[in-house]
Amino acid sequence: MSDLTKLSLKATRDGIKNKDFSALEVTDSYLSAIEAANPKLNAYVSIEAEQARTMAKQSDEKLAKGQGGALEGVPLGIKDLFATIGTHTQAGSHILDGFKPEYESSITANLWADGAVMLGKLNMDEFAMGSSNETSYYGAVVNPWRADDSNKDLVPGGSSGGSAAAVSAWLCAGATATDTGGSIRQPAAFTGTVGIKPTYGRCSRWGVVAFASSLDQAGPITRTVEDSALMLNSMAGFDKKDSTSVDLAVPDFAAAVERGVKGLTIGVPKEYRMEGMPQEIETLWQQGLAWLKDEGAIIKGISLPHTKYALPAYYIVAPAEASSNLARYDGVKYGLRVNGDSIDEMYENTRAKGFGAEVQRRVLIGTYVLSAGYYDAYYVKAQKVRTLIKRDFEQVFADGIDAILTPATPSAAFGIADQEMAADPVKMYLNDIFTVTVNMAGLPAIAVPAGKDAQGLPLALQLIGKPFDEETLFAAGRVIERSAGLDFTPKKWW
Amino acid sequence: MSLVDTRTPDPKKFIKGATGDWEMVIGLEIHAQVTSESKLFSGSSTKFGNSPNSNVSFVDAAMPGMLPTINEECVRQAVRTGLGLKAKINNRSIFDRKNYFYPDLPQGYQISQFKDPIVGEGIVYLDMGKDGIVEIGIERLHLEQDAGKSIHDLHPNMSFIDLNRSGVALMEIVSKPDIRSSEEARSYIAKIRTILRYLGTCDGNMEQGSLRADINVSVREPGGEFGTRCEIKNVNSMRFAVAAIEYEARRQIDILEDGGKIDQETRLFDAKTGKTRSMRSKEEAHDYRYFPDPDLLPLEFDDEFVAKLAKDLPELPDEKHGRFVSEYGITSYDASVLISSRANASFFEDVAKGRNGKLSANWVINEFFGRLAKEELNVANSPINAHQLGGIIDLISNGDISGKIAKELFEIIWVEGGKPSEIVEKRGMKQVSDTGAIEKMIDEIIANNPEQVIKVKEKPQLIGWFVGQVMKASQGKANPRAVNEILKAKLGL
Repeated sequence: MSDLTKLSLKATRDGIKNKDFSALEVTDSYLSAIEAANPKLNAYVSIEAEQARTMAKQSDEKLAKGQGGALEGVPLGIKDLFATIGTHTQAGSHILDGFKPEYESSITANLWADGAVMLGKLNMDEFAMGSSNETSYYGAVVNPWRADDSNKDLVPGGSSGGSAAAVSAWLCAGATATDTGGSIRQPAAFTGTVGIKPTYGRCSRWGVVAFASSLDQAGPITRTVEDSALMLNSMAGFDKKDSTSVDLAVPDFAAAVERGVKGLTIGVPKEYRMEGMPQEIETLWQQGLAWLKDEGAIIKGISLPHTKYALPAYYIVAPAEASSNLARYDGVKYGLRVNGDSIDEMYENTRAKGFGAEVQRRVLIGTYVLSAGYYDAYYVKAQKVRTLIKRDFEQVFADGIDAILTPATPSAAFGIADQEMAADPVKMYLNDIFTVTVNMAGLPAIAVPAGKDAQGLPLALQLIGKPFDEETLFAAGRVIERSAGLDFTPKKWW
Repeated sequence: MSLVDTRTPDPKKFIKGATGDWEMVIGLEIHAQVTSESKLFSGSSTKFGNSPNSNVSFVDAAMPGMLPTINEECVRQAVRTGLGLKAKINNRSIFDRKNYFYPDLPQGYQISQFKDPIVGEGIVYLDMGKDGIVEIGIERLHLEQDAGKSIHDLHPNMSFIDLNRSGVALMEIVSKPDIRSSEEARSYIAKIRTILRYLGTCDGNMEQGSLRADINVSVREPGGEFGTRCEIKNVNSMRFAVAAIEYEARRQIDILEDGGKIDQETRLFDAKTGKTRSMRSKEEAHDYRYFPDPDLLPLEFDDEFVAKLAKDLPELPDEKHGRFVSEYGITSYDASVLISSRANASFFEDVAKGRNGKLSANWVINEFFGRLAKEELNVANSPINAHQLGGIIDLISNGDISGKIAKELFEIIWVEGGKPSEIVEKRGMKQVSDTGAIEKMIDEIIANNPEQVIKVKEKPQLIGWFVGQVMKASQGKANPRAVNEILKAKLGL
């Protein structure tokens, strides 16, 4: 039998359903692949082999009885940010040492209800703060991709680096991920996978460890656009336990995938043409526009004038919310406690030891911008910028734009322990330059692999859609994917 | 908020100091626990007295990834309370996070309302007796979560945390600085408590902590600029409130008269010593870093939602007071006593319906409430019901028994129960209005006491002695009015 891990999510599901192979066989194949690869790639922080086999057996039993859900038997990896009952849930942090929740996140509950199988928990930047997956307490994830003729380890992007690496390296059929400023799309772009950040409110945040509540949104990372649509179908849905979740019916995303782009108007925002942007990114962007045009889309130049304020405003709003969201990790109730002679000392010891440098940096920034005397100058102003950014998008959509095409990242994957980025956190933050605006406006956006750079590393384009119009993104994303026609399988070295 | 002085300085309230008179300025923040089955943002029970940490959900314990969802009943209770305070209801309000670290605050922040509270400005009227009605402004009412409880005395160097109260809904009712004496403050707390109890939005139990007050006190020269205030935290009885205010005002006056200045600070009242002491200075005050809670959408409802609650609101104490005065012809003071609680007021109405209002009020207040208080009982567990008390009053009104006999009858029914008219009949307690019988008794007394008869002609007030003799002879049952009339006729007075 051919390698069962080398199938799309859809092919995996259909094969199990048609009894070409069993769910248990697929799960076992993935477990073997993980066992072999994880020491090198470090994508999983916890491998739940026993539970995976139990779930797979249950799927096989259900299918034998003619039952089974939309993802019956499909093995998935789950980002460590999602609460999963009785299993490792530590958000890539030391401060949640030993934490195993007694509750299941709404999204993973939806996936299990549809028959999916959990292989284990995926590595990530600590509390989803990072763009390289180097801030994880469990160590960096290594990108399965290497530049042509190079042995240099590259980052898979972040914060969903484990999710992207695992999907790219065939260590799961699909993975859950979350995106606060680009944490699904940037790692997808760095690993040649497909990542969609749905509209804010489309997926429940209940049971997902919070980074910045008004920006956080979960979505899938998969190998194909169709897989992305299938997986999002199972993840999405209204949840009354999340007040910010939106009570809208979930459309059949998969049905929209082959809809094409004929007659759609695609916007090209001039503000995304950054100074110093590599020529190959610009070329890829033009190529993407040409593909869409070839399939009947109308291309139109647009302006999103407040784009340049998005990144600075994001780095006020996100840390502000994070500083408050992370206050609960105080050593009192769960996770790590480092004792001291007073309660204040215990707090200080626990949080100093439990949080890594990047998390501490953002908690400090967030505390500062919310402080008396600074609140209006920073937080309030950033919220105003946010309103303006949102209005920019509303304006272009009102003017007839159906979706917007931009690059996903300013470059391909960079090296682990990059000196420049380590020296200047802002350089690292610039990775999110094309993605943060979308979170600030609460819009859906998808990153689709579209080409490779001169060194053979994957590059992606981003499509931004109207609120709750993920369908158009799947349709247009599929056109890019099909037109690119490239194989985004990394050359195996691990 | 800008402070506006709404009161005219009243010399009766001034405090004498060494250098002259001083006036207190007081504002209160009352924290009232919302009467609701479950907590403000979780489904956990709010029941008091359950074993520690038994009313705790994942949300209350601030488990990672948990999210708050608003409890609609708490919103309704806050709106009802706002209506009861004749306040502006804000159809759109916002929940904010108040950030600070404390072990019994699991989230590391309290969800509260800062800039946009659910209820805006309102008014409370205090009946200060001979000083008349005093109007106290309400600044706002907002909803917030209560914290848990830290228990420090069970272990030498560790503390225990009970999260049962964590997340329970509180209404913080903030007054304007309109209060000018400890007596007014006491009356204000009592009035707020009465309104809350009428509305059923808070049980008002100060001993259990369902109602507690933070008291802001400053002093100034009468009618002068507002002084620097100190906030006395968490006062949980009206008696303590009065004592804390009196102590604090005197402390501030002493400092000012010694040429010192008041430091704005948070203070605690020690019930044992009757003193307040510093808890933290303004410099040590927390920077709460308020910002809108991104886990919750703005709280919005339409006018219809408010109108429906307004329609179902019970009659409130002030309205009831006015109605009692006009409908039953009783004094304002009596009305105030009778409306102190809904149960008391409705007991009175059951008694007074179709009877003499004043007589009913006298009996309900003096005999009935007096006796309840003495026995530490209340209307609900009283041995006498409104029907029985009404029966006693009927017997008085009909002239069947005198007031004195009525008190004996009240005592009998209190202890033994029974129907008033039957008891009177059975025990021969009916007063004698039969003039023939009374005349006979009087003739006998006159005949037996010739000296008194001579005396009474000189000093007519001695008639009382004759009345007494008749009452004695009749064992108290002779109708006093008939006795008087016949005596006067026979004695030629």
